[in-house]
Amino acid sequence: MNLDHLLQRPDLWRGGRMPPATDSLPTGYPELDGLLPGGGWPRGALTEILTSREGVGALGLVMPALARLSRDRRWLAWVSPPYIPYAPALASAGVDLSRVLLVHPRAGSDGLWAVEQTLRSGTCGAVLAWPAAGDSRTLRRLQLAAEAGRTWGVLFRSERMAERPSPAALRLQVTPERDGTAVRILKRRGGWAAGPVYLDADHVVAQCESALVAPGGIRPGRA
Amino acid sequence: MWLSANLPWLPLEVFVRGGRDGAPLAISSAAGHGPQVVACNQAARRLGVRTGMTVGAAQALAADLQVQPRDSIRERRALERLAAWAGQFTPVISLEPPATLLMEVEGSLNLFGGAGRLQRRVMDGLAALGYQAQLASAPTPLAAVWLARAGEGVGVQGQGALVKALVRLPLDVLDLEAAQLARLQGMGLENLGDCLRLPRDGLARRLGPALVEALDRALGRQADPRTRFVPPARFDSRLILPAEVLEVDALLFALRRLVLELTGLLQARLEGVQSLQLRLFHQAEQATDVALQLTAPSRDARHLLDLLRVRLERVALPLPVREIELSAPTLTALPGETRDWVGAVTGGNSNVNALIEQLQARLGEKAVHGVCQIAEHRPEYAWQACDPGTVGATLQPVRRPLWLLPDPVALQVRAGQPWLAGPLTLEPECERIESGWWDGGDMARDYFIASDPQGARFWIYRELRGARAWFLQGVFG
Repeated sequence: MNLDHLLQRPDLWRGGRMPPATDSLPTGYPELDGLLPGGGWPRGALTEILTSREGVGALGLVMPALARLSRDRRWLAWVSPPYIPYAPALASAGVDLSRVLLVHPRAGSDGLWAVEQTLRSGTCGAVLAWPAAGDSRTLRRLQLAAEAGRTWGVLFRSERMAERPSPAALRLQVTPERDGTAVRILKRRGGWAAGPVYLDADHVVAQCESALVAPGGIRPGRA
Repeated sequence: MWLSANLPWLPLEVFVRGGRDGAPLAISSAAGHGPQVVACNQAARRLGVRTGMTVGAAQALAADLQVQPRDSIRERRALERLAAWAGQFTPVISLEPPATLLMEVEGSLNLFGGAGRLQRRVMDGLAALGYQAQLASAPTPLAAVWLARAGEGVGVQGQGALVKALVRLPLDVLDLEAAQLARLQGMGLENLGDCLRLPRDGLARRLGPALVEALDRALGRQADPRTRFVPPARFDSRLILPAEVLEVDALLFALRRLVLELTGLLQARLEGVQSLQLRLFHQAEQATDVALQLTAPSRDARHLLDLLRVRLERVALPLPVREIELSAPTLTALPGETRDWVGAVTGGNSNVNALIEQLQARLGEKAVHGVCQIAEHRPEYAWQACDPGTVGATLQPVRRPLWLLPDPVALQVRAGQPWLAGPLTLEPECERIESGWWDGGDMARDYFIASDPQGARFWIYRELRGARAWFLQGVFG
């Protein structure tokens, strides 16, 4: 393996400068895109989103990208979601429901297996996973699977994991604050930690809607 | 051009091809008195056992030699399955029992890139199934059969070369009865050339017209129509495991051979399978059944094997396995095959079907599904699990939480305020959802969006009837 080869690896982190724009998916939030290498979510790598718990806007953060992927006929796999992804809300956010694949493994080891298979298969545009556990070695396997399948893998984990090292290409912490949802970048390729940016997830999801349906059919979003 | 595949070790292979070379084994002729070894495996040969020996002599050489009487019914079935498998190379196939296949390949040469490549493919394919073959090709079917039986491994083209190749063949390729063969040898004949040099009338008088006719057919002087083998519309194949097996790996070795047989047949019929049954036989008629259901028909050996492997890893084998049987009672048409012209991975359905099957094989069928929207007032009935890819109703966008709780959770009320690990602050807007007895659920609720002190947002409702209790039903993502 020569140096050039090594530098191409998505899991190799180099400080100092942004790497050349890799394949990325716009997040739908221009403020956030500006902070991300390549200007969006990294394809073919893991993104880790750390939260204190559900309900704080982590899912809303990825919704615009999911909606776009599904409209491009790419599959969205949800592995071990904590609750039922609610079809009317997904549809309202612009997701094509016929591209949604829900996977409910019973045991924890099955869960990681399912995430790995789904990432590796390369058939999904995005794989969202709520892994029960996972040490750094397991995450590394998942990162490699995401590279092999060239799939955007999103792991939703507890913010308690923020202190632990992770091979994910991108790590974000999402916290609800008075000014909106605060997104802090804990790790990104070719850059230092950054943020926070304050996003109004609801607002963007609502913008997504208006692009899809005739105006007037939508209830007003939260001010 | 006729291509013939002779399987000289078929009597042995039907017993041993389910595993890697095992304990010394000899196959004995069925004839009662003084049975002879008709075939033996490598382990037996290493101990000095040879074909043609009496079983007694062989056992004297190798004390732990297992002797299995020849099973001609099994051999016949194996040959038929091979003919079905060979249908992938040409539609014109006939059986030449006991152990030879005959294929008319003139029309297939271009497709497979010439005679040499085709022969290699047939040879390698048979080896992957556990059979060692001798191949030969010739302009007439009988000549091809004889050349293959003699183990010549040649491709003969043109009449001159045909005669030259045939005259050198020994008499035993003719598959004559022992008495006839002895009579020919008594006349001082050693090969086909010697026969051809004799006057036809004399030869016919001494040995009957059949031999003369056969020589004529082999040389192309007489027509030689063949009964065409028709590949069956279902698949059943059984395989003996040379040693009892408890590990999935060893089962897979044998299973691979059956799956390749199956995919050869599917290739021949341009069909696929959507359901497979695997039966694992233990001692004394006990068996474990494993069924495999695919979301779309397939004839990809690797894919089928992957699915079977994942499925088998979930099966607890009660007893060692002695024999396995793979069957596909119905073969189904494959939907048009398309491949991305750059070979790129796309979000196509065929790929996702493979993924879904793989996940379902390990996690269970219900563990993988899609979602649909339902035109329904009551929030908990406004969605449904469905087969992935189902296109459901398109409805007006509504403001709903991304997460729905499987069942609403009753909320505490403190100081008149709903409480969830802290007081919940309600947004002023409220949505009233009512439905009556006419659609099954008598309900009336006021829905609110509520935030807790940490900023998480929830979808909660208050019953408008009865105790006017508060419930949590959804979480905003």
